[in-house]
Amino acid sequence: MNRHKGLSRAYTAVVLAFLYLPILVLIVFSFNKNKSRGAWTGFTLDWYRKLFTNDMILTAFMNTLIVAVVSSIFATVIGTAAAIGINSMNRWMKKSLRTLTYIPIMSPEIIMGVSLMLLFVFLRTELGLPLEMGLCTLILSHITFNIPYVIFNVLPKLRQMDKYAYDAALDLGCNPWQAFYKVVIPEIMPGITAGFLMAVTYSLDDFVISYFTAGPTSQTLPLAIWGQLRRRVSPEMNALSAIVFVVVLALLVAGNFSAIRRENRDRKAVGR
Amino acid sequence: MKAKFASVPYLVWIVIFTIIPMLLIIVFAFTSPEGSFTIANISAVGRYTDVIMKSIWLAAVATAVCLLLSYPFAYILSRRPARQQQVSLMLIMLPMWMSFLLRTFAWMTLLEKTGLINRMLGVFGVGPLEMINTSGAVVLGMVYNYMPFMILPLHSVMMKIDNSIIEAAQDLGASPMRVFFRVVLPLSFPGVSSGITMVFVPAVSTFIISRMLGGGSNLMIGDLIDMQFLGNAYNPHLGSAISLVLMVIILLCMSIMNQFDDDVDMEGAIL
Amino acid sequence: MKREKSSSDVLWSCFLLRSCAGVQGGFAPTGGWRMPAGSGRGRSVLQRSLSLLLSGLCCLALLSLPVRAEEETGFDLDYYGRFRGQNLSINVFNWGEYISDGSDGSLNVNKAFEELTGITVNYATFATNEELYSKLKGGGARYDIVIPSDYMVARMIEEGMLEPLDFANIPNFENIYPQYRNPEYDPENLYSVPYTAGTVGIIYNTTRVQEPVESWGILWDERYSGDILMFSNSRDAFGVAEKYLGFSLNTTDPAELTACANLLLEQKPLVQAYVMDEIFDKMISGEAAIAPYYAGDYLTMADTNEDLAFSIPKEGTNLFVDAICIPKGAQQKEAAEMYVNFMCEGTVAADNITYIGYTTPNSAAYALLDPEIQEDPVSYPPAEVLENTEPFLALDQETGLLLDSLWTEVLTTDSGYNKWAMPVFVVVAVALSISLTLVRRWRKKRDQFK
Repeated sequence: MNRHKGLSRAYTAVVLAFLYLPILVLIVFSFNKNKSRGAWTGFTLDWYRKLFTNDMILTAFMNTLIVAVVSSIFATVIGTAAAIGINSMNRWMKKSLRTLTYIPIMSPEIIMGVSLMLLFVFLRTELGLPLEMGLCTLILSHITFNIPYVIFNVLPKLRQMDKYAYDAALDLGCNPWQAFYKVVIPEIMPGITAGFLMAVTYSLDDFVISYFTAGPTSQTLPLAIWGQLRRRVSPEMNALSAIVFVVVLALLVAGNFSAIRRENRDRKAVGR
Repeated sequence: MKAKFASVPYLVWIVIFTIIPMLLIIVFAFTSPEGSFTIANISAVGRYTDVIMKSIWLAAVATAVCLLLSYPFAYILSRRPARQQQVSLMLIMLPMWMSFLLRTFAWMTLLEKTGLINRMLGVFGVGPLEMINTSGAVVLGMVYNYMPFMILPLHSVMMKIDNSIIEAAQDLGASPMRVFFRVVLPLSFPGVSSGITMVFVPAVSTFIISRMLGGGSNLMIGDLIDMQFLGNAYNPHLGSAISLVLMVIILLCMSIMNQFDDDVDMEGAIL
Repeated sequence: MKREKSSSDVLWSCFLLRSCAGVQGGFAPTGGWRMPAGSGRGRSVLQRSLSLLLSGLCCLALLSLPVRAEEETGFDLDYYGRFRGQNLSINVFNWGEYISDGSDGSLNVNKAFEELTGITVNYATFATNEELYSKLKGGGARYDIVIPSDYMVARMIEEGMLEPLDFANIPNFENIYPQYRNPEYDPENLYSVPYTAGTVGIIYNTTRVQEPVESWGILWDERYSGDILMFSNSRDAFGVAEKYLGFSLNTTDPAELTACANLLLEQKPLVQAYVMDEIFDKMISGEAAIAPYYAGDYLTMADTNEDLAFSIPKEGTNLFVDAICIPKGAQQKEAAEMYVNFMCEGTVAADNITYIGYTTPNSAAYALLDPEIQEDPVSYPPAEVLENTEPFLALDQETGLLLDSLWTEVLTTDSGYNKWAMPVFVVVAVALSISLTLVRRWRKKRDQFK
């Protein structure tokens, strides 16, 4: 049994090493003096300093954040409403709507990107809508692929909810809106938050769909990286992603610690 | 107020931004640049059979490797205490917070002829091996990028397998092999099938990994599509036709996958 | 400001965007945060003062180099100041690595233009003429400035994709050498202003290639298998093959083009990768040893890697001109013309050309160059080399399509993989799925009767 345990430990470690090897390389090379990749010529923090004066990268970073946050907010609102609607439908409609919702998730990104690009061009040239490729089209496309993640996070929470809680609130004198805000929303809040976070994550890292639907005024970070990849990626990009990585790591660790502490406290409370 | 109507905005949205665009692809695929109906685009896709076959092949190999690597990992993980599982899952998600373009780029640094691995091997007098710009490198890139999509659904299914079932099988005298094949494997099938779809679909349609690690000569379907829309050979009608073919391929593969289990619980897989 | 009309969602998003940008601008470092397009309307006093403060900071930061220098050399401030305060922005679409961007102490052309005129420059890059064409034709993005090569200019003129220029707004056109005016691709010179010119040659690493490089044939030499890079765009790649076989660069003969395609296919196993801008990194780091590419970029690479050398093969080569144009649909045409004019300023063009290393068609710029650069045989090749060159002309549509499909074929044909693996795999998968379904059905039936 012990041997098994050692073996499985080793295996886990190897897989994790595989996942983290490139990241290690990226972070290490963000401290490299040499601009070109590969050769290590000495330690420097220059790239971190330069990062904060690089307009192009900072603009792209801002655009990425704007697109991610705005599109996720819209997606959360539309998606939550949709989930509530879907939940109250009959079996057949529920099923067909859920199938419909799988389309954006299961269809390849490139097809979504291409089809949205065709749509935006069509809307502009055939219908004359003033829809230029830019932040607006980018946000619209991001909302489109974000909504399903929200729906699939909220739906299970709605299903778990006590069906009669809402009716009880009505009986106790709430009007429908009050009942909705005071009973339903708090119940499904974890789902909404999870959906929102997921939407932000997907939106931040999306390249393919943005590639087809962005314009010259809406470079996001992945697009900027792609532009650089063809030539040489400046170590400033490494620096930026190293910072993002460390921040996310810190957030996750902090979240985890507070979870542990809460658990311990609860356990103590129960023990008493 | 009926709750049903809350989903109206979403319905409108999905019609405008998902269904109409898909219809546009179909319309484009069957029209000539002059606007008349034609099947010339579809038949022109036949010229790229090699590329399409190769894409499916590379994606299938990558999916199989992913499955082989992830299955034991997910299983080991699912037998650990809850806290360890949480931490490990976080560790698996964490890389996804770094731009996948940069992570793939890091593989370029590793695999190049003058790259880190070859330099390391050079110290031992081996090499230089030709690693980048091969289809092997493309598969590696796919495995690396999409492995979390395999591990997560597998884990979420295996987590639900009760240890007592396995113990019961063992108590009833089943050998470890038998326990695995008769108990664990069948119970984890939904995870396997959704994991396969989650890996295969992005892998078969990628154009970035093949371009970055394949050196421009290991083209895949995605590269062809990109070429026709924003690349070197402008022809959105042909591009739409290729997209349509890609969609059909994926639908076929998914329906094959659906044969393997009765009720795919996608929700569980995605979340 | 068109965005406001589209929908209320969008309106809100734009609002958010604007307020974010305004707030963030305050925290941005002195490098100068760019305000998004059209952020003028409805900005609060606070935001206004913030942006004022910012532009002040920008000026301070820039005082050290370019702006001061320019003011001394005397730009026509009346002309360049016309749009100040109107918050205009232009979208510039240029080749990668094709402008002086301020790195290594060079002039940052776009920033200098922004400072001088108050017009924001949104800058994006493409890798090949064909990519530019696709993005203009189908991408739905709006650009005010594009810089295609000669043959692409001709094609775009023919297809009505370019806007005629108002040369009254481009007084610096007089700086362009007469021999670059009224070129074959734009006979009446209505649509384009030459940006740079250059030749295509072979760049090689002298530590790996010791023999003299005299012929395109070295790109087919098996000794260098795996060390060769090749153009990823059809016209340049076919150009190499055409010259090697002694054909015209503008041949329309399908047989000749097919012969070229076969030659390129023959070369494929030796080629490490098909690239454009990626070549910089690969040649500089020594990842590859031989590559055909543009002369000017050789100079840029040689700055970092001294082992690189450049040679124009004896079979002759392509002489190209890249020109600045304004595409149809440009919304800030006058501002774009101002940008064109700015690029033709002697001092700007001189700094720019020094950085990118190409040949300048601008007499005022040439006069300001270092004598060392003026005499560089790579940028300014001697007459006997120029005699043996040929420009790319626009191909008729049929030939263009043939070229595209032949090139796609070259790129997609793959000798290295087993064609049987796939069909076998598909058959097995389908058989497996069918048999599984059958087994399951049979089991179900059996269970029913139990």
